[in-house]
Amino acid sequence: MIQQLIFYPLIVQMLLAIVLMFVWSRIGWQRVISIVGSVLNLGVAVWLFISVWQNGTQAVQAGNWEAPFGITFVADTFAATLVLLTAIAGLAVSSFSAGSVISPRLKFGFFPIFHFLLLGLNGAFLTGDIFNLYVWFEIIIITSFVLLTIGGEKAQLEGAVKYFTLNVLASIVFLTAIAVLYGLTGSLNMADLASKVAAVENRTLVQVNALLFLVGFGIKSALFPLYFWLPASYHTPPSAVSAIFGGLLTKVGVYALIRVFTLIFEVDPFLENVLLAIAVLTLFSGAVGAIVQNNIRKIFSYLVICHIGYMIAGLGMMTEAAIAGAIFYIIHDIMVKTNLFMVSGVIYKIKANHNIKKLGDFYADHPKLSLLFAIPLFSLVGIPPLSGFWPKLSLISEGWNTENFAVIAAILFASFITLFVIVKLWGEVFWKTGAKLPEVRNFPYFNKLSKFRKTQMLAPIIFLAFVTLYLGFGAGNIQSLAERIAFELMDNQEYINTVLRK
Amino acid sequence: MEVLLAIIVGTLYAAGIYMILRRSLVKLIIGIILLGNGANLLIFLLGRIAKGAPPIIPGDSKVFLEAYSDPLPQALILTAIVISFGLQSFAIVLVKRAHKVVKTDDLDEMNATDEYS
Repeated sequence: MIQQLIFYPLIVQMLLAIVLMFVWSRIGWQRVISIVGSVLNLGVAVWLFISVWQNGTQAVQAGNWEAPFGITFVADTFAATLVLLTAIAGLAVSSFSAGSVISPRLKFGFFPIFHFLLLGLNGAFLTGDIFNLYVWFEIIIITSFVLLTIGGEKAQLEGAVKYFTLNVLASIVFLTAIAVLYGLTGSLNMADLASKVAAVENRTLVQVNALLFLVGFGIKSALFPLYFWLPASYHTPPSAVSAIFGGLLTKVGVYALIRVFTLIFEVDPFLENVLLAIAVLTLFSGAVGAIVQNNIRKIFSYLVICHIGYMIAGLGMMTEAAIAGAIFYIIHDIMVKTNLFMVSGVIYKIKANHNIKKLGDFYADHPKLSLLFAIPLFSLVGIPPLSGFWPKLSLISEGWNTENFAVIAAILFASFITLFVIVKLWGEVFWKTGAKLPEVRNFPYFNKLSKFRKTQMLAPIIFLAFVTLYLGFGAGNIQSLAERIAFELMDNQEYINTVLRK
Repeated sequence: MEVLLAIIVGTLYAAGIYMILRRSLVKLIIGIILLGNGANLLIFLLGRIAKGAPPIIPGDSKVFLEAYSDPLPQALILTAIVISFGLQSFAIVLVKRAHKVVKTDDLDEMNATDEYS
């Protein structure tokens, strides 16, 4: 009973998607079912998290096939935390889409696909089998293609072509890596691979294989030379879709990187240097890219790339405290990025424009909303005591301890540029006296929406803002959570023993 | 057999990457198909090839007595083929729609989303 709990987040999302397909053209029903189902899913995720927190890592063998022969699902603290964050972000975005996505788009099956995406995310976090991870990744990318293209605008299709090509290429590289790994070891179970990869004699091939995984996951998590699909596509779909993409999709890549390089492959000094160099360049190029953009969502897209650098820096330093910093940053980043893209959606609904040069007067017109939007914006910058500050602190102090001064410089540079970009955005959008924008005909302006729709759009932003505030003010709790995850990742015996029932 | 398969896998990868680098949308899809097939053959090749040895344990024994062909890579390939089939059909529809809306099949002209605005 208690072990089957691991499957519940998957079952809830899958049932939701199936039920939603039965009411395909009834938008009203879909909105209600999606939100109620997401609340249910949040409950299940909290249950799983509490159970893992109290009882430690749990594993369940699908179909009762003993590991390493069957497919294992594992919930350690890292996976349970990410499932919980997915549930929180999923609930927020579900409510936001119910309020903001126009009904012609909803009629093309927006909600069923959205829940299949969440199913894929939960599956990717919980699986303990490397080929199963590939399958979940495919579910994630197929559903994300559909969400990206629903509506069929010119920009969406162009963005989708780029997004599609690079993500499929990443999948093929990932599949190649799995093929080589299977050829080397003859196993697919990640816990079993840990000891088998260590025993392989041909170390060169193992290193090549590790780099293949790095490239495959690197494209998905938008690392330095492989990120160009992200700013070309994330600003094209509706803001609700950008929110779930910006919050969660790149983080699945980071999750897979952290999992593979802590569990399966030993990170040697060469790989460590590669990861650190990539982290520095990602921080640098994402930050510089964000400075020159004028489209709000493009700015946030580049900031997504930039902040992936922090997590990879934490992974590259490979000490327990550095990984704890990276984990804390992932927790903070999922909440804040989801919220920021929703904020950009509300700004767009009010002003019908994305260009910060043309926007203005927001603070004068909507002072309360501006104060609300300030919370995620300045959390992202990491002004103490808001949530972005604490993980950066541990990353910088770990960089000092391990004498990676280039990493410290890049982290400080990226933080400074983030501050500059957000202050610029604040000045342009909120404080500047803007020219009057021409009224767009047939545009669903925010003021014309019913009060209920407005609540559906603003409630998730308030909800995530409170979560972000908790991450900042309750940083002690989050830090101890991150330290426990880092300890479990670095000392992976508990994971392996739970899966293989030693 | 192994050498031949290795050469085929290499050719498929090379041809696939070459096609992806071309500017035409249709060639992009062909490139993805070739790469996907290359990856599937690679799994097949790396699962060790044993000819005419099905993985069946004889009735009077409890373990395998001889070398057998591993069934797992074939299951993996089957999964991968189904997935890549789905992706390819999506890709074809996407390219058709993109061609209709953007009115070009030249990837160099699909740059509206990258433009500085």
